[in-house]
Amino acid sequence: MLRLEARQRTPAWLNLTLPLVAIVVTLILCSGLIVLAGAGVADAYGVMFKASLGDSYAITETLVRAAPMIFTGLAVTLAFRAKFWNIGAEGQLLAGAMASCFVGAIPMPGPLAMLLMAIAGAAAGAAVALIPALLRVRLKVDDVVSSLLLNSVVFYILMALIEGPWKDPFSGYPISPPIEDSAGLPVLIEGTRLHLGVLVAVLAAPLVWLLISRTVLGFRIRVTGENPEAARYGGIDVQRVIVVAALLSGALAGLAGVGEVGGVHFQVMSDISPGYGYSGIVIAMLARLNPLGVVPVAIFLAAVMTGAEAMSRATGVPAFLSDVIQGTALLAMLVALLFTAYRVRRSA
Amino acid sequence: MNSPPLIEMHAISKSFGPVKANEGVDLAVAPGEILGLLGENGAGKTTLMNILFGAYQPDAGEILVNGKPVSIRNSADALAAGIGMVHQHFHLASRLTVLENLLIGIPGKGGRLDRAGALARLDEIARNYGLHLDPDQPVSALSIGEQQRLEIIKALFRRARLLILDEPTAVLAPSEVDGLFSALRAMAAQGLGIIFISHKLNEVRALTHRCVVLRHGRVAGRVDVPAETTALEMAQLMCGHEIVPPERGPSVPGEVVLSLDAVSTGGHGGMPLREVTLAVREGEIVGIAGVSGNGQRALADVVSGMLKPQSGTMEIAGKRVAAFTPREVQALGLGRIPEDRMTTGLVTNLPLADSMVLPRIGTEAFSAKGLLKPGAILAFAEEQIRAYDIRCPGPMVRAGALSGGNLQKALLARELAFDPKVLIAAQPTRGLDIGAARFVHEKFLALRARRCGIVVVSEDLEELLALSDRIAVMYEGRIVGVLDSAEASVSRLGMLMSGAGGNA
Repeated sequence: MLRLEARQRTPAWLNLTLPLVAIVVTLILCSGLIVLAGAGVADAYGVMFKASLGDSYAITETLVRAAPMIFTGLAVTLAFRAKFWNIGAEGQLLAGAMASCFVGAIPMPGPLAMLLMAIAGAAAGAAVALIPALLRVRLKVDDVVSSLLLNSVVFYILMALIEGPWKDPFSGYPISPPIEDSAGLPVLIEGTRLHLGVLVAVLAAPLVWLLISRTVLGFRIRVTGENPEAARYGGIDVQRVIVVAALLSGALAGLAGVGEVGGVHFQVMSDISPGYGYSGIVIAMLARLNPLGVVPVAIFLAAVMTGAEAMSRATGVPAFLSDVIQGTALLAMLVALLFTAYRVRRSA
Repeated sequence: MNSPPLIEMHAISKSFGPVKANEGVDLAVAPGEILGLLGENGAGKTTLMNILFGAYQPDAGEILVNGKPVSIRNSADALAAGIGMVHQHFHLASRLTVLENLLIGIPGKGGRLDRAGALARLDEIARNYGLHLDPDQPVSALSIGEQQRLEIIKALFRRARLLILDEPTAVLAPSEVDGLFSALRAMAAQGLGIIFISHKLNEVRALTHRCVVLRHGRVAGRVDVPAETTALEMAQLMCGHEIVPPERGPSVPGEVVLSLDAVSTGGHGGMPLREVTLAVREGEIVGIAGVSGNGQRALADVVSGMLKPQSGTMEIAGKRVAAFTPREVQALGLGRIPEDRMTTGLVTNLPLADSMVLPRIGTEAFSAKGLLKPGAILAFAEEQIRAYDIRCPGPMVRAGALSGGNLQKALLARELAFDPKVLIAAQPTRGLDIGAARFVHEKFLALRARRCGIVVVSEDLEELLALSDRIAVMYEGRIVGVLDSAEASVSRLGMLMSGAGGNA
């Protein structure tokens, strides 16, 4: 019989290898689905790899897709560190997209427009995150539920906008007017879509790491998340810390929306985010709430998403496989986390 | 007691890596016997009992139940062998009722819970051992003492013949301890065996028939007649060397460093304060005595800046406290040792160093312009770990991995390093072994010699009598008497604690 025995301590190598093991297990589990869809496993994964990381253009495409996921991954990481369960990165991203699109459509010099778009997007994301944070600290409303449900509210506000005042009067399509050409984020490598926002996203990760591990605010966030009672006894204004963490988290998620509007789509439409906000949760968990881990994990999941589309075209396996891989990876990681706290023993 | 032992453990050994938690331990409990299991923290008591209850497998040795060797692989095996355990931390479903908790894991009849049968059994247990509980009360409405009673009932409900209690009195008020002891005696009288783990030697002497003392994982000694053995002799068996009680030299109290004037609080779950007036001078130790739940917690909370009074004033070192926040009282020179080290004192999942700097993280000692000074934090923690002989692998170890005594040392270090003018300590030695408790007492006396004013809130009267220059007794939220140490005695304090003071 197998049984779990609590570990006295967790070996360091285990912490590092677990995400990798979780990913390998995920790919093995999902290969069953590929077989069921009538394709070869090696073929399918081969196409996925080639299309996402096989050449320099593919890599830039993967990075472009990773950028919003890095932001939402960081947003969730920061919030979860304070045990503010922000499931609302999706809505905060959409709010950031709408606000930046609104600002970007106003004619003004390019650099100023980009700065104001970022500020507006971050502020809009923060404002959306503030709602569940205030509900929690003032009224003890469950933040998981309120932040999750707000995603729908924000999404339908977006729909109302693009079906109403923002609707294209000529084509009748539900898409917003585009931002000014000068407000678009500059492309870093000619001939690709690699835009400035990707660089900002990658640079944001070490900044969030510094915030969490090297500042007094970060210390207070960590302590509040781990033990609010000890935090209060230690002189920390726990409610304030939760609200500040929520604001920062929402702002990061809002920036994900800014990057999509300013660097990829240049306007807002209903499918501007294929669930990047929810992917942020998977990414944060796979990265074990370490901001530096968010970047490689986000790039991995972005590669899966980019590759899945190509695989679908080449082998006929539905592109939904990328969603399955994401979900399975999260579950595999949660199981893997169990093994950091427990060891499996065979008992007589 | 010539009947064959209920349970025997022979030559039990268990190692965790290089650490030998148990080595060749023999132990037996006869029917009707209450066996005391003594030892300092880390002596191997809990490991031994976890082996008996199936949480760990021994590396060597055997367990016999009623003379027959058994293999106990998990708690279900232990229960089947008639072994029940009441842990320090209860395992109850707080939203369920008393009866529902009893029925967890009990197979029902044809998919239905056997309510009537359970009620009859509960009634029988209540009559036999004097353990009464309302079966329909939700666990969340029970006091700690009642929850413990439910744990004991749970074991009896599953027909345990041997009951293991791991420091059962640590969470109880003195009056509840009496109730527990009479129930345990009733169980022994009816042929059950009991293993009683405790640090409190006087309780062990009063209750048990025989004692086994563990030290460093081995049996260091056995006491056949605990009632006729002094606490000091037992203590020396436990730590392996002679114990000299700390010397409390004379002290001339000076200026008032902490004063409360007619402080009243609103109810916040516990007993509120009613017009409490108290002055603590530099160089004296003032003990706060009282039966648990008579306002001591509110007093400690007000002084520590965790609870703002409704009326009345408080001064620290001559300055009026206005906001009653932890930061304010700390800035005025107050040091604080919280009642519950694990939940209010420390952050068990973060490095020890973080807990050690937590209350002063915003001060220039540990940060500047919002940025931490990791070097200073680490250096502080390392220095205190050395100075207080905190046994741990280093400042970056998870705080939760430390033993209770070492955690308390860490909490003392984090306050005393900043030279407080006043210190308030709530239940400073609760759950600590003798060596650690002594260390705490010595630190208090050293602080007193350095002219700090100290308030010790404790339910351990002997601790208060040994330490305090004056003892204030609380009853129903008021201070009903203040005695000089010369005129204080357990009986006089007990009178005041029961509300029969008269001179309030």
